[in-house]
Amino acid sequence: MVGLGRSRAVAFVAPALVLIGVFLVFPAFWTLYIGVTNYRLTGAAAKAPEVVGLDNYRGVLSDPAFYRSLWLTLIYVLVSAAVGQNVLGFGLAWALRGARRAIRRLIESLVLLAWVLPSSVVAFLWIAMLDRDAGTVNMLLGQSPGTAWLVQYPMTALVVFNIWRGTAFSMMLYSAALSSVPPSHLETARVVGSSTMQTLRDVVLPHIRRHALTNTLLITLWTFNDFTPFLLTAGGPDHRSEVAPVYIYNTAIVGGDMGYSGAVSLVVLLINLLLALVYLRAARAGRSS
Amino acid sequence: MKTSFWRGRTATALAALAMVAGTAGCLGKTDSADTDRNADAKSFTLTIAENSISGGKNAVGADWISKWIIPHFIAEEKAKGKTAHVTFQPSGAADEDYKAKVALDLKTGSGADIYGIDGIWLGEFADAGYIKPLSDEVGQKAVDSWDGWAQIPKAVQGNFAYNDKRYGVPEGTDGRVIFFNKKLFAQAGLPDDWQPKGWDDILAAGQALKAKVPGVTPIQLNAGTAMGEATTAQGILPLLAGDGRELYADGKWQGNTQAVRDVLGFYQKIYRGGLGDPVLQQDAKGRDKSFAEFAGGKIGMLFESDYFWRGVVDPTEGIAKMPDRDSTVGYALIPAVRPGAGIRNQDFVSMSGGSGWVVNPATKYPQQTWELLRFMNSQQATIASLNGTARITQRQDVNSQVLTSDPMLSFVAEKVLPITAFRPGFAVYPQVSQALQQATLDVVVGKSPADAAATYQHTIEPLVGGAAKVDSN
Repeated sequence: MVGLGRSRAVAFVAPALVLIGVFLVFPAFWTLYIGVTNYRLTGAAAKAPEVVGLDNYRGVLSDPAFYRSLWLTLIYVLVSAAVGQNVLGFGLAWALRGARRAIRRLIESLVLLAWVLPSSVVAFLWIAMLDRDAGTVNMLLGQSPGTAWLVQYPMTALVVFNIWRGTAFSMMLYSAALSSVPPSHLETARVVGSSTMQTLRDVVLPHIRRHALTNTLLITLWTFNDFTPFLLTAGGPDHRSEVAPVYIYNTAIVGGDMGYSGAVSLVVLLINLLLALVYLRAARAGRSS
Repeated sequence: MKTSFWRGRTATALAALAMVAGTAGCLGKTDSADTDRNADAKSFTLTIAENSISGGKNAVGADWISKWIIPHFIAEEKAKGKTAHVTFQPSGAADEDYKAKVALDLKTGSGADIYGIDGIWLGEFADAGYIKPLSDEVGQKAVDSWDGWAQIPKAVQGNFAYNDKRYGVPEGTDGRVIFFNKKLFAQAGLPDDWQPKGWDDILAAGQALKAKVPGVTPIQLNAGTAMGEATTAQGILPLLAGDGRELYADGKWQGNTQAVRDVLGFYQKIYRGGLGDPVLQQDAKGRDKSFAEFAGGKIGMLFESDYFWRGVVDPTEGIAKMPDRDSTVGYALIPAVRPGAGIRNQDFVSMSGGSGWVVNPATKYPQQTWELLRFMNSQQATIASLNGTARITQRQDVNSQVLTSDPMLSFVAEKVLPITAFRPGFAVYPQVSQALQQATLDVVVGKSPADAAATYQHTIEPLVGGAAKVDSN
């Protein structure tokens, strides 16, 4: 027998397993359990919830509001994270590669600032900026009466907001990734006269493919679960920006329907797992090739 | 090795399942308590929480608690040889958010000892076991022996009673009226003492404002879900009462009835007819913005409770101060559709509610909490709570002194309270209310009143116990 031996190995991983059990496995099962009850935040069903079987799950799967929230989440994730943050982050990293140190530092700091500020502060700033009557944007456009951006274009506003907010992570990750591209390869490409596009495709991309996958996986997962939209629009107006996490919150806390929202949460959890699996597969495939 | 690996994993899963099974009975709450626990403590700590904050929402109330109640109560206890530590937990949030916070506090058996809540939440909190009848919390004898009850009118006490049991002490009551800007009305050729006799008069005044005072939103009638309960209490329910119907009567809720369609039709005339601002109704901060716009002379008339007068446009304490409030802001009774068409054949209607105080059943010091609550509702404290302003308090001995000093409040006490109605105090009410808010939102964004009313009925049927409980004539 090589290594610690079974009992010591178990003792070694036990604390980690307990933590995972208490903070991950247990809440997941708890959600599953709440999801089969008619548990409510207030009222008689808060005192003595009854098991209603799979009614909630059946309800969720035939609920247009649930599919609307999924659709909005899909748009939010795809446009703001998978495309927006990815492309802008890479673009910034690529453009700043050769820039002067001072300029590079300045732009990096500004982009980072958007990322490190607390959500509540940032949300407040954006609400002030996009306000119909006294907002900065309307003032710059010289509009009066202005456009109520968060009411008239809630999803567009959220997407732009999230690109602004989250690009820093992609930029830093790609900056690091680009430094792993051997300069000699870039030099060779330049000498043989390849265009920027060709260089990116044939020299840079193969080197940073795994970074790109990791980055996309991470930002997709956390954008999928991002709750900041609630701070900007609270899912409104008329549910037009109610992405999945906001839908769950509004169902559970505002609507008081804990049981139903438990069922929604579990379905969303499964979708998350599925997403993670797809990306892990892709990452593994990328590594072996 | 592979088998043992799987065995380990199975064991983990089983352990997790056991954990779930072990706690599965814990959804919901059961508890029993001794009402005299810690009654003799020499030193105790109490916390008061309310949706008020110094310099912000309901600032008068927040300052009253932290600057008057707490020091005076501590001094009074000190005289008895007891050390009291009392803290105030302020909030300045939207009512719905504050309600969720209180529900979560009470649900986990933690939080403040005394909560200020809206009377309309009483039913659902009581059904959930989050609050208990005062007699269970502090003892029947202690509750009944308080002399303050004699000063609180039965109707106001009813606001904090559920199933004929007292659950808390009301803080007073209010009434809904139409506030209007006299300056804008003058520009539109409307009188200073404007009093509409029917819904058509309201629309006609709106048209006059629209035609003669450009850049002004003629009518602010709360609509939509973002406004929350303010939509129901200030808009739908007074209108419904004006059409001769109460939301709940004779064991049935109003469903897709003519009255509901009429009310939604009135919303349609305002919001699809250019008399109101549909975008503002959907703004997450719409209600506060409507206050600011009224104070800034951008809204002609606004449906609100007297809270607007004393808490919003008050020249010194309001959240949207109007230095010239007394000369600029007029108020009128909310008319029925046409004279005599309201509930009880009234010409005018209103809606009342009110907030108050409840005791957290999880308090460590029930007797001291009750003592503090009595102190907060004493004549002396109630007078101090006004701080020179006026409000319809719970105590008759205070009202008789202060209301005469404020013409608006005496208007409410004399003209509005006699014709008012209260919301149905059922646990399910807030859900019905949300469905009504959604119906107005549907109309604001362009659905027909008939479609919105049909959707509304469809939503509430399962909530209130089936089609038999819904009136759809």
